[in-house]
Amino acid sequence: MAGIGESGGAVAVEARRPRLAARDAARPRRGRGARRGDGRVAWIFLGPALIGFALFYLYPTVRGAYFSFTDYDLLSPPHSVGAANYRELWHDPLYWNALRVTLQYVVINIVSQTLLALGLAWLMFRLTRSIVVRVLLLVPWLVPNVAVGLLWLWLLDANLGLVNHLITAVGGTSQGFFSTPSLAMPTIAMINTWQYTGYTALLFYAGMLQIPASLYESARLDGAGEVRTFFRITLPLMRPILALVLVVSMIGSFQIFDTISITPTHGGPVNATRAVYYYIYQLAFTQFRMGYACAVAMTLAVILGVLTFVQMRLLRASSSDLA
Amino acid sequence: MRLPTRRSIAWLVLVIAIILTLFPFYWMIRTAFTPAADLPTDTTGLWPHHATLINFERVLGLTSTAQNVAAGGSGATLDFLLSLRNSIIYAGLIAVAQTFFCAMAGYAFARLRFRGRDLLFGVFVMALMVPPIFTLLPNFALVKSLGWIGSFEGLIAPSVLMTPFAVFFLRQFFLSIPAEVEEAAALDGAGRLTQFWRVVLPMSRGPLFTIGLITAVWAWKDYLWPLLVGPDQNTRVLTAALGIFLEQSPNQAPDWTGLMAAAVLAVIPVALLLVVFGRRLVESLNFTGIK
Repeated sequence: MAGIGESGGAVAVEARRPRLAARDAARPRRGRGARRGDGRVAWIFLGPALIGFALFYLYPTVRGAYFSFTDYDLLSPPHSVGAANYRELWHDPLYWNALRVTLQYVVINIVSQTLLALGLAWLMFRLTRSIVVRVLLLVPWLVPNVAVGLLWLWLLDANLGLVNHLITAVGGTSQGFFSTPSLAMPTIAMINTWQYTGYTALLFYAGMLQIPASLYESARLDGAGEVRTFFRITLPLMRPILALVLVVSMIGSFQIFDTISITPTHGGPVNATRAVYYYIYQLAFTQFRMGYACAVAMTLAVILGVLTFVQMRLLRASSSDLA
Repeated sequence: MRLPTRRSIAWLVLVIAIILTLFPFYWMIRTAFTPAADLPTDTTGLWPHHATLINFERVLGLTSTAQNVAAGGSGATLDFLLSLRNSIIYAGLIAVAQTFFCAMAGYAFARLRFRGRDLLFGVFVMALMVPPIFTLLPNFALVKSLGWIGSFEGLIAPSVLMTPFAVFFLRQFFLSIPAEVEEAAALDGAGRLTQFWRVVLPMSRGPLFTIGLITAVWAWKDYLWPLLVGPDQNTRVLTAALGIFLEQSPNQAPDWTGLMAAAVLAVIPVALLLVVFGRRLVESLNFTGIK
């Protein structure tokens, strides 16, 4: 069983081995025979997943990397252009703009969503175990992004939208949420925060439920107030789930596309919402510059990889203080 | 007296959060029942002065083009039933097949002993880190060269056999259930395949169903891939249909009432799903963590 001992799963397998081995005297317990163990049948189990993995994960990853060094346009065969795409990218103001507005989006979205969701989860945790409340908060997550985006396009419409009616009713001036460059990206970020806060709150709530009640009991006996309990017990003890949610939602956030693609400004006004995923899409499917698009996608993949690694390190995601 | 007051304030905040979550959907419904001509005047009332079904009728193509345009439409319709069918096929196939194949793979990684297992699993886990946009472009090129644009084969190809997350998650799940029952079956001479089919699958019905359900929700929400691969009527899923319907609406004066009627229609299946499986979905978040 060389090399298997490292993973958590193997520990469980190891612990069961005496019983497993006992069931079948014909099968040798140790050595090469045991290692071959389920060899043949394992490939039957793994077959479909392996084919899917090879064809639609491994192959495209290699191929994407290759395309990024070519002038592929989806129609004629790709020609190698060396590192030209990467050189162009380095001098492409739209690329840097795309990274900048994406970052702006991610910061607004992740900060607001995480804080609101933590607050909401804490409220639920302290107030109720009601399934109905949780189902209601989950509704926006279930609705396709396109429908959500459409709905907010209407609510925030400059002329007829309800939000502007309400703003003018209290004496404010009507806002062009999608047509003002400085407002467009924050608006899109808030739409997505609205859509995913409930979902994120439910994940946090699940994390809070895992904290033993005895800890709260002793905090209460020590006279710790609500705020203190939250910051001293809840938050530190739910760090693993907090880290996981943060990492996953940040990766998702970097890939903002659906909402941007349905706003009528198509990345505008003046590139204010041309986030990197949308830029890649435009390069590949409206300009047919697949090679260059792959180069941009490659840099996004690297950025996300580094970010994930750093975050997992900083938050020590895999270790829990509960253990 | 102090504590109950704080509690009621907390409840108030929670209720406001729920209202903020749901009210936009109410406004979507309200707009869908408003005649287009009334929009500039009938602005903030909770129910339209002259409620009408015309928006639904014209979106569904039940009116003539002339009637459609007269009621504020662009003449565009949404083939709702066809798109609904396409969405059900797309999400259903992916949910059932992916869950089944990933259960097989997850089971192999959790229980079977074979050479290279941990290395292979490590490679799968690393694939979790590759952002979808990176594989999307070459996958599109592949599906295109296979001639699968505009077909369900092309639509489901990248996700029908596996996603690294599902394999990873199901492996963890199978590790968490006790192996005694399988061992008993093994004593009776059942091979691994029989154990899996006769014992493990029936035993894990509930969790597997939940994972399938969540997979279906994600597939249901998919937009870019179905838009790229299946833009024609016969494979156009609901999200793509909605996006295309929006494209056909004039930029200067969008057909809001028609768009909202279309959006309401698109949300109805989701609402039904919630009514039937709401509890299961909510509880699943306790154990799937995230996807």
